Amino acid sequence: MSVLQSSFSTQPATLWGRVKRWWFVRLEDETTLGYLLVIPILVVVFSFVGYPFFMAVFFSLTDRVLGQVEYNFVGLTNYINLAKDPVFRKTVVNTFNYTVTAVIFKLGLGILMALTLNEITRFRRIIRAAFLLPWVVPSSLSVLAWIWMFDSQFSIITYFARQLGIVDGKIPWLGDPALAMAAVQTVNIWRGVPFFGMALLAALVTVPKDLYDAATVDGASAFQKFRYVTLPSIMPILMVVTLFSFIQTMGDFQIVWILTKGGPINSTHLIATLAFRTAIQGSNVGVGAAIAVFLLPFLVAIIALQLRQLRRGE
Amino acid sequence: MAAVASATPRRSIKETLYHFKIVKRAAIILSVLFFGFTMLFPFFWMGLTSIRTGNDLFKIAKTPFAVHGVTLQHYYLLLTETKFIRWMFNSLFVASTASVMALIVGIIAAYSFGRLRYRGGAAIALLVFSTYLIPPVLLFIPLNVVVNTLKLSNNLWSLILTYQTFMVPFIAWMLAGYFKSIPAELVDAARIDGASRIKAMLVIDLPLILPGVISVFFFAFTLAWNEYLYAFTFIRSSSKLPVAVGVVNALQVGDVYFWGQLMAGAILGSVPVVIIYSFLMDYYLAGLTAGAVKG
Repeated sequence: MSVLQSSFSTQPATLWGRVKRWWFVRLEDETTLGYLLVIPILVVVFSFVGYPFFMAVFFSLTDRVLGQVEYNFVGLTNYINLAKDPVFRKTVVNTFNYTVTAVIFKLGLGILMALTLNEITRFRRIIRAAFLLPWVVPSSLSVLAWIWMFDSQFSIITYFARQLGIVDGKIPWLGDPALAMAAVQTVNIWRGVPFFGMALLAALVTVPKDLYDAATVDGASAFQKFRYVTLPSIMPILMVVTLFSFIQTMGDFQIVWILTKGGPINSTHLIATLAFRTAIQGSNVGVGAAIAVFLLPFLVAIIALQLRQLRRGE
Repeated sequence: MAAVASATPRRSIKETLYHFKIVKRAAIILSVLFFGFTMLFPFFWMGLTSIRTGNDLFKIAKTPFAVHGVTLQHYYLLLTETKFIRWMFNSLFVASTASVMALIVGIIAAYSFGRLRYRGGAAIALLVFSTYLIPPVLLFIPLNVVVNTLKLSNNLWSLILTYQTFMVPFIAWMLAGYFKSIPAELVDAARIDGASRIKAMLVIDLPLILPGVISVFFFAFTLAWNEYLYAFTFIRSSSKLPVAVGVVNALQVGDVYFWGQLMAGAILGSVPVVIIYSFLMDYYLAGLTAGAVKG
């Protein structure tokens, strides 16, 4: 700083010169420059996330209808009506079923995928790239392959099942409530496993090899090594990835929308699809917002956990 | 070690170890085959469906893998009879414009978060990052009203603006890590030579993190390319859809699905992101955990 100041010891003559110098000195100050440079991002975050976020909460307390300017404040009416609505209750149960089941499977299979990839020495790059594919491809497009695979007439999965002698005849994958839920969960798991697998692989390769050697000397079994060496070492990343996946899965829209539109008989409706149907297709912005806002307490809890986890890693 | 193991009473241990290795190898191979099949079969099926004649398509119940005629007709019809090329250009325009905008905002914020120390800096960074965790479900209803108010409904700019919500925090977070990784001595040296902070950022920091900037740009690009909910909500007319929505919307008329064209569209629509990942996979994998480990 002193070097910079001394080079400016003479007062500039022109007004423009003084303005320039004033700014120059200001911008050398970390605090001023720091705040100045975050203004654009704060504008973006407040106008497109913060403001809409509070709007969503506000709308949920009104009877606002899409395309109409006038609306009334109705307090908690939307929430009370939703609590009595069997479709909404079903949707909440579906969302939890969908999220918990899918995340558990993604976690389990993701660990398996990471452990497998960690052992591979030949064709490592190409295998990794191939396994990552479901995560990379736009999900709305890859889901199209799954609709075709779940087709009631020409399902290839039914063909495999028949070859194995599990079933006889046709299976209404997307026409039966229980099967439809399993189907949308399968697609979500299929898409999410590579994300878990790759993130956990990145965590696995950082585990120091001496720890395993020490465990071997102590006579630990393969399972004990996993339980007492591997798992604690990858725990921070495992937590972050799992919590992130919880949020993503809870707010999932396109997999269900494209596969079943929430049917049959609302058996696969998630918060997101029901909110879309109500607010956009049904124009009931107030009720739709209330449906979406229902996710809020869970999101806040998960985000708080997530941030704590990230800070601990610091 | 070998001498001990070959002594008669220990022989069984050596054998057990040998068997264990074989079992382990077999388990790994089995696992690779399992994941290879489950992860890739839908793509194989997509590809096969897209090059078969319509006749083969509906013989699946008996002979699912028999191909009697290979045809590119589905691709031809997709490119000539639908607005597919238009959708691709829409996606290209939206994804690249939105990424450039987000990159400008993101880089300067990342510099502030990663390089400068000031009161409240860490708190602001945390606030910005937490917005990345808010899923679109919570925002699409009010954003739809915002878009209508701005008279941007059914306009690609509605997507460019709303995509900033997830791109900007993502970019700022990733690049803040890159800025932090530059040794302070380099920048100090430049500053002693009389460079201002801004000049040091442009001349020293930015060239050093250029690989990071490029890879983050492409990841932001893929986020925009793959987005569905906002595009599905804000865009009405078919000619303005991005490819991730267009293929799904237009090729399913009532209950009739044009399978061959749908699969061809799904494949061609995925090509740009697959190319990006095939080049930048290592950056992506490194970035996946950078945020989790370093914070």
